[in-house]
Amino acid sequence: MTPLTPTMAPLTPATPHAPLPARAGLGLKPQHFKDVLTQCPDIGFFEVHAENHMVAGGPLPHFLARIRERYPLSLHGVGLSIGGEAPLDEAHLQRLSDLIERCEPAVFSEHLAWSSHGGQFLNDLLPLPYNGDTLHRVCRHIDHVQSRLQRQILLENPATYLAFASSTFSEADFLGEVVLRTGCGLLLDLNNVHVSCTNHGLDADAYIDALPLQAVGEVHLAGHALDEDAAGALLLIDHHGSPVDEAVWRLYERLVARLGPLPTLLERDNDVPSLSTLLTEASRAERTLARWGTA
Amino acid sequence: MSQASFVTALLDPTLPCPAGLSAWNGSDPMRRLAVHRNNVVVSLIDALADTFPVTQQLVGEDFFRAMARTFVRRSPPASPVMAFYGEALPDFIAGFGPARSLPYLADMARLEMARVRACHAADAPVMTHADIYLALSSAHHLGEMQIVCQPSVQVVHAPHAVVSLWAAHQDALLDQLATLDMAQPESALVLRQALDVVVLPMSHGAAQFTQALLAQQGLALATAHAVAADPHFDLTTTFRLLLAQGALSTVLHHSGSPP
Repeated sequence: MTPLTPTMAPLTPATPHAPLPARAGLGLKPQHFKDVLTQCPDIGFFEVHAENHMVAGGPLPHFLARIRERYPLSLHGVGLSIGGEAPLDEAHLQRLSDLIERCEPAVFSEHLAWSSHGGQFLNDLLPLPYNGDTLHRVCRHIDHVQSRLQRQILLENPATYLAFASSTFSEADFLGEVVLRTGCGLLLDLNNVHVSCTNHGLDADAYIDALPLQAVGEVHLAGHALDEDAAGALLLIDHHGSPVDEAVWRLYERLVARLGPLPTLLERDNDVPSLSTLLTEASRAERTLARWGTA
Repeated sequence: MSQASFVTALLDPTLPCPAGLSAWNGSDPMRRLAVHRNNVVVSLIDALADTFPVTQQLVGEDFFRAMARTFVRRSPPASPVMAFYGEALPDFIAGFGPARSLPYLADMARLEMARVRACHAADAPVMTHADIYLALSSAHHLGEMQIVCQPSVQVVHAPHAVVSLWAAHQDALLDQLATLDMAQPESALVLRQALDVVVLPMSHGAAQFTQALLAQQGLALATAHAVAADPHFDLTTTFRLLLAQGALSTVLHHSGSPP
């Protein structure tokens, strides 16, 4: 596919944000708030789901502010529905803008997926076909978000299970077009790469090589569950409920060897273990980062 | 295939897989769509289970999840802010046939939802004795003085003893259940103290008074309201309780401005 003319130059944020350090980071969970503040673990950054912190007061803003004083923050959205057919929810964008002002994250990321339709929020990252229509829609939505927030966003590659007859782009080419046209960056989720490539019979290394890797601003590592499809083929389920798989660590080694150190989040949203267990997993990512130089 | 038809198929598992979906190996895409069906329903049920732990304990996990599944399919969230998903669950429970044998279940869900609202309500200064002294000494018409509660303050009235029932489910006090008279109406003040949500049993009159303050009624009207509802209402005790528990924030005079 020939790249099309970009509609927009890469954005320069209106206000400079301290970048996310090229180190390992952890998802910040309420059950770890007090441990983080008392232990002050040596970790590069914390990440939170934006929607979990869109409340007026109480313990969530209290702890987020105190932890933000000590660590850089990555804000990860799960509710903008960038791939949705419907216009973006302006009330939600306002909540997001307010939260960004309050917690000054180093980066804000969202997903190449949709989650809302017809006034209903489905609480899942739903797949979209990759074709000219959806490319225009996704780019229009990202342009809108970036100009509304006055900052570049990172777009995460999804974990998918289904293919669409109406797709005309590969996912990697589609992401390449979106990056080119909107100037957004990529949040490269290597577990999602492994899950999607397994689920669609693709080669993960080739998928990664087809991406605009210079746009990668953050990496996600997570665990998945094993299932099988109707033909008995392996079907991987992205569930963020187990340690990172060896196949994903291998993709990570290869990526860091190629790109150098990158901010790397260990994602665990279900069956969350103790903070010390998560720190042990993060230290493995830190060793890989150290092996390929300092940022 | 439109997203509307995808959503319809997600929420109704009896529907066939929408056209236009496929799998690389030619396998039936229904099995793959089921991953999303499961994600949607299970994650929403889990969110409700987090908000309504005692409601779930009262009916057991299997019953609660089956009830929540019916609710989720009928009323998916309208907002991506999941903390308040479940606002409509108490009313749903009140009309849910299989739960009819537990007439207090909807009120328990109301109490638990009030706790969530209190937890996430805005922070505001707590009224001190000095504040109230200053307000009283500069008041021209005491009866028109309007007391503003903390944003976290919620009042729960129930025709059953759900406040005691809720308390018995904390700290493993379940042995108290045997002596509980569920037919006893109860009220509670729910609020956040520093970072913790507390549930304080309250007399009916005190609850009516607090509710009147929340409805922005002046002191005289709120007192009249409480006395009408409960002849034993005692303004002094109630006011002292609200002040001691940090339930009050500021004083507005008749003009609507602080003194």
